[in-house]
Amino acid sequence: MTLRSWGQLPAQPAADERWWGDRSAALPSVDGSMLAYGNGRSYGDVGLNSGATLLHTRGLDRLIAFDEQSGVLACEAGVLLDEILAIFVPRGWFLPVTPGTRFVTIGGAIANDVHSKNHHRAGSFGCHVRRFELLRSDGCRRLCSPDENAEWFTATIGGLGLTGLITWAEIRLRRIDGVSMAVSNTRFDGLDEFFALNTAAEASHEYTVAWIDCLASRPRGIFMAGDHLGGGELAVAPGKPLSLPLTPPFSLINGLSLRAFNQAYYHRPLPARTVTHYAPFFYPLDGIARWNRLYGPRGFYQYQFVVPLAARVALVDILASIAASEQGSFLAVLKTFGDVPSPGLLSFPMPGVTLALDFPNRSAPTLALFERLDAIVAAAGGRLYAAKDTRMSGEFFQRSNPRLSEFLPFIDPKFSSNFSRRVL
Amino acid sequence: MQKILIIGATSAIAEATARLWAARGDALFLVGRRAGRLNAIAADLRLRGAAAVGCCVMDACASESHAAMLDAAVAALGGLDVALIAYGSLPDQKACEASVDLTLREINVNGLSVIALATLLGNKFAAQGAGSLAVISSVAGDRGRQSNYVYGAAKGMVTLFLQGLRNRLARLGVQVLTIKPGFVDTPMTAAFPKGALWAKPDAIARGIVRAIEQKSDEVYLPAFWWLIMTIIRHIPERVFKRLSL
Repeated sequence: MTLRSWGQLPAQPAADERWWGDRSAALPSVDGSMLAYGNGRSYGDVGLNSGATLLHTRGLDRLIAFDEQSGVLACEAGVLLDEILAIFVPRGWFLPVTPGTRFVTIGGAIANDVHSKNHHRAGSFGCHVRRFELLRSDGCRRLCSPDENAEWFTATIGGLGLTGLITWAEIRLRRIDGVSMAVSNTRFDGLDEFFALNTAAEASHEYTVAWIDCLASRPRGIFMAGDHLGGGELAVAPGKPLSLPLTPPFSLINGLSLRAFNQAYYHRPLPARTVTHYAPFFYPLDGIARWNRLYGPRGFYQYQFVVPLAARVALVDILASIAASEQGSFLAVLKTFGDVPSPGLLSFPMPGVTLALDFPNRSAPTLALFERLDAIVAAAGGRLYAAKDTRMSGEFFQRSNPRLSEFLPFIDPKFSSNFSRRVL
Repeated sequence: MQKILIIGATSAIAEATARLWAARGDALFLVGRRAGRLNAIAADLRLRGAAAVGCCVMDACASESHAAMLDAAVAALGGLDVALIAYGSLPDQKACEASVDLTLREINVNGLSVIALATLLGNKFAAQGAGSLAVISSVAGDRGRQSNYVYGAAKGMVTLFLQGLRNRLARLGVQVLTIKPGFVDTPMTAAFPKGALWAKPDAIARGIVRAIEQKSDEVYLPAFWWLIMTIIRHIPERVFKRLSL
């Protein structure tokens, strides 16, 4: 099987792929290494294990228990956030933290310690995990929580699937009174304006995020702030999304289409205040299944970094480097992280500002641009998001994750990924 | 609310079907061999909206236990509207050729035990003058092929038996549905490389729920298998015997 990650970059296939859907079963004994593969939404190579074993965990998708009072849900690790929304939104519950796609598994959300537009209030996904079971290749099962096996808990949250297999987890859902979001949109011109808007909005809004046009001579964009709205109905997202049925022979994203899109997107009629369903607010890209095929057979890279707020001037350098390289990005998403500590030793979020960018794969020029961006991010004391990475150097990863040495002893000797072999 | 008995409830197709029924608030009674798996699935179905979920551990090959299981299901559900027989095992054809024991065992699991249950359930539905008996047979039962004829023979026997049962029960208001899935991506077929003909259990499940609602007699899932099997059934035997299917 030619399994690719979400970025569609070519990779050597796994030698052995197995269905693993019984949470009480033992892990298989395999010759080489193994890795859990959930729903394949990681952009880079944290979910790939070329030449070795992948354990497909989507069959691990049973709900276990739900407490109507506290909102604590126990479920198996292969359950999708989408399934949780479909079942619990009609009952008035929502995810405490949700990434930009609802098609990720609970296990993947924990292993990558994903974040959302509410990071300044809620912290990362791991902050809402009460406990989980970790199954190791030696057959040992550990119940991990902040109070029990706490060191395993912190190693596994954001641990990129390397500490063993998460069989089930308990997360805290949050109450909602309706499916609607009240959203305000504001155009900004320049990063100073963004930071001013953001500071004001974070004090009064649960969710904040900005889209920026990184092709413009001076960074401009649209700042969005949103909150759950009460009193509506609790119908789940609209039906089946449109889908890109096949990969076009070349990337549909190029300089020309990008410039046109960004112009139109920035200047589109923009109501200052709107009410929208939560799905387009949180998951704009989930409306087009397999949108990742837009970039053609060569695939694309996503580059997401965080730098401390004190070093935010690095953003200016980075945007200038991108503009100079003439490799603009279609989706550029800008967001600040608050100071709620991430529980994981390798968690990506830290107080600062994060920017996520997509680049069509143009081989050498694209990789050369990333080297320049890495240097700026490193000098600013920042780091890259492993869930999206396929190419950073081991040296950069090790230097930018100060708690890596604490993490290493918790790696399961039989677990490995393309990412871990590349950077560790 | 429908009262539904599922025999072989831990199979991937049965579990996917049960979730659709749970989501619309039906009451379910699950039968399978593994207590732990049954309990995990029952808890899941309750959270997905099932009105009630009961469980019973039973090996379908132990036909002496069938009647007690049916009594327990009817008691727990307070009646019976639908029964789905969904278990099966995919034998290693080569191993069967070398072992009469294994061949007979597989015929027993996939054929005889199903006929025993269908007889019992058919009589139950005949007595109440209503009900739907849905049985998962297979496209493999449509024609004997060298790669899979032990499994195919057992499924073919089930298909033929259900035809007769349907003929007998139709006038009594009882539906007998023969379900013929093609290649389905489940743990039972984990060892096979998957191509374009393979379907997900969820797609098969939707077809099963629909076919029961529409009071169908026989359904190929996905539907394109009707065309494939019609062609395969019509190849003359003197040609067919030379093919490696």
